[in-house]
Amino acid sequence: MARHILRRLIQAAAVMGLATLVAFLLFNYVGDPVSNMLGQEASRESREALRAHLGLNDSFVVQFARFSIHAVKGDFGTSYRLQRPVADLIAERLPATAELVLVSALFAVGLGVALGIFTAIRRNSWLGQTVLAVSLIGISLPTFVIGIGLIYLFSVILGWLPSFGRGDVVHIGWWTTGFLTASGLKALILPGITLGLYQMAFILRLVRAEMLDVLGADYIRTARAMGLRETTINAKYALKNAALPVITIIGLKLGELIAFSIVTETVFQWPGMGLLFIQAVSFADVPIMAAYLFMVAFVFVTINVLVDLLYVALDPRLRSREEAA
Amino acid sequence: MKRLLSVALAITLSVSAVHAENVLRWASQGDAMTMDPHAQNEGQTRTFAQQVEDALINRQPDLTKVPGLAVSWKLVDPKTWEFKLRPNVKFHDGRPFTSDDVVFSFKRAQMPTSDLRDLIASVADVVAVDPLTVRILTKTPDPILLDEITTIFIMSRGWAEEHKVTVPQNYGNGEETYAVRHANGTGPFKLESRDPDVRTLMIKNPDWWGLKDQPHNIDRIIYTPIKNQATRVAALLSGELDFVLDPPVQDLARIESSGGFQVERAASPWTIFLGMDAGRKELLTSSVKGKNPFADIRVRKAMNMAVDVNAITQRILRGLGQPAGNVVPPGVYGYDPSIDVHLPFDPDGAKKLLTEAGYPQGFDVRLDCPNDRYLNDEPTCQAVVGMLARVGVKVTLDLKPRTLHMPRVQHKESDFYMLGWGTDTTDAHNHLSFLGLPTSIWNGTEYTDQKLFDLINGMASEIDKPKRDAMIKEASTRLREAYTYVPLYHPLLAWATRKGVKVPITLDNMPHFAYARFTN
Repeated sequence: MARHILRRLIQAAAVMGLATLVAFLLFNYVGDPVSNMLGQEASRESREALRAHLGLNDSFVVQFARFSIHAVKGDFGTSYRLQRPVADLIAERLPATAELVLVSALFAVGLGVALGIFTAIRRNSWLGQTVLAVSLIGISLPTFVIGIGLIYLFSVILGWLPSFGRGDVVHIGWWTTGFLTASGLKALILPGITLGLYQMAFILRLVRAEMLDVLGADYIRTARAMGLRETTINAKYALKNAALPVITIIGLKLGELIAFSIVTETVFQWPGMGLLFIQAVSFADVPIMAAYLFMVAFVFVTINVLVDLLYVALDPRLRSREEAA
Repeated sequence: MKRLLSVALAITLSVSAVHAENVLRWASQGDAMTMDPHAQNEGQTRTFAQQVEDALINRQPDLTKVPGLAVSWKLVDPKTWEFKLRPNVKFHDGRPFTSDDVVFSFKRAQMPTSDLRDLIASVADVVAVDPLTVRILTKTPDPILLDEITTIFIMSRGWAEEHKVTVPQNYGNGEETYAVRHANGTGPFKLESRDPDVRTLMIKNPDWWGLKDQPHNIDRIIYTPIKNQATRVAALLSGELDFVLDPPVQDLARIESSGGFQVERAASPWTIFLGMDAGRKELLTSSVKGKNPFADIRVRKAMNMAVDVNAITQRILRGLGQPAGNVVPPGVYGYDPSIDVHLPFDPDGAKKLLTEAGYPQGFDVRLDCPNDRYLNDEPTCQAVVGMLARVGVKVTLDLKPRTLHMPRVQHKESDFYMLGWGTDTTDAHNHLSFLGLPTSIWNGTEYTDQKLFDLINGMASEIDKPKRDAMIKEASTRLREAYTYVPLYHPLLAWATRKGVKVPITLDNMPHFAYARFTN
């Protein structure tokens, strides 16, 4: 087990390094930050001086080495656009994204698993069929269309929910939370649904497919033949066996929620890391882009490692194979 | 922690107290970069600064100059201006305003890390004569000094020293300076709290010197940047905003027709145009070798005749642009409507000129355009490609985001490019020098006309008004008739407000909330 963990950690570190390198290579194509940082009337000399000051004239290797050395120490430099330390900015934006992702994940997993089981057990009922058909919309509509659609319905026409922002937040140490105010909770609903809808539909269909698969298996038929109660069969035997692949996918999908939050955050002006990243891209704000991609790579790698370990814990076959090896 | 909680509580309370106070809630796509008034020469940053700070000379919404922290000024000799300062003015923190603060602010704006230093490059020195008198000495006579100093906001020396912000923000020093999120000016509003990209709160300065002549009824201003344009419009229509600075063109009709909202439009001192490199021996992106088609004035004239600017302003900009015939736009000193007329759209005449110039079959070239900088820049360039194809000029379009587009213009790596130019000084010299002089990084035409250069350089220090006016007219005409530019349009601004709120439109697109009113 320890060897397994160690091997996974080494792999994870290698992936992190590679992701950072690729991200850094891309920055060559985002353009010149200096033309955004200085006013239009700035002279050629002022521009050159700033470029030299920022180290933009240095070679790729030097720039990458400088970034890596500082990043390991947790120093991501100063944002070109906001003129504040990137680490501070990320720390300020992290709670907004984390809370949004949490709400979306609860929505997606809770509703997705429940409806997935429902449509699998009642696969011939009209309600099950309707739910399944509606879930197709969640899979096929792009996030920003869903977001704008919800805004028009619930903000402009009905006037129930805010169209942008986090509402009022309460500070708890360095963390800010919208869970403790009415306006903060209201503000979470639309972006939470928008971000989670695709994942919800995906999980629904996955759970349904797995459940149908398992429900057709011999041991379920045996259980039925033994006269076990239908609920016991579904909950104890079917769901448990259907859960394994679902957990893997849900783990990976959580990472996707963080990555997809860029679009949702832009639509709802949600002050999280995704919005910070999008604004950085249009400004060629390399320090923020680098830090963000570093963070996202870190989150993905961490989730993957955790899912892997969880998998081993859940599946005794994997454990014994590990021990045998 | 306790303080943070009380701030959060204060915000909550202020929101629930909306009915008791006039709270102006507004949005646009991007936030100010900093509250440091000298660190950035950028529109939104200056918009924020002008609520909090004053300059010696301020501008009204129509851009005319009015006394700010200076009550009067006179030319002592051709290179010396003397300003009498407004007495009994206090900064927001209670410090008195004196000539020492003016000297300090100008010196600060001239430092290497100031983004305004090139704007006041003509200033040699600023000296305090007495507590309420300052003199600005220029290197050469500067006829537009009064325009230039409207961009220099006055900070308190005492406050800057206390908070160690005597130097404008220095990029890459790894630290956030106090002035990034704090400000202390003499202006109509005080900066109450600032959370960049999220929310900025300003409150009325009850001691503002201008309140007597200009009583406004705005108690608070809440700004939220909303990047997504559909959300911005939705937030206005749902009543969560009172004012949107940049509503998208395609939604203007809907905003106006939905009742309860109004859209105000005005011409801005900007021109969007195409530039042609006339100076290069051989174009970089054309298959024509050994010569440069754009070096021939007939070709450049034909390019102007082949572009139908009326179609562009009506169909692509939906009326939010005024056809342009010259790079000097309306609203600028020295603007001449008689030469701001585009050559008549005449594809046959253009073809004839191309044939005369030796290109009966036309030629090919690449057009470089930004796709995130100007109003509908991408469709405009696409339309130009189609129009030029009609006269045989085969244009390949290269669209890039502005962070990639602007450097290729600055480094003169483009044969044919789209660019826009607007002014900070509202004097034609600004447009003519940046678009006409070979030393300008924004002039990619590489066109040589010594007479034109002499005129432009001459008007920079000519203080005899009639003589200078004649120089501007001659230079504008010469530049236009060189046809190195294809002027396309002067963009119109459109601001959307909820009925019951009036925000007078400013030609520089920088709202001045001391002029705004709640009318209900």
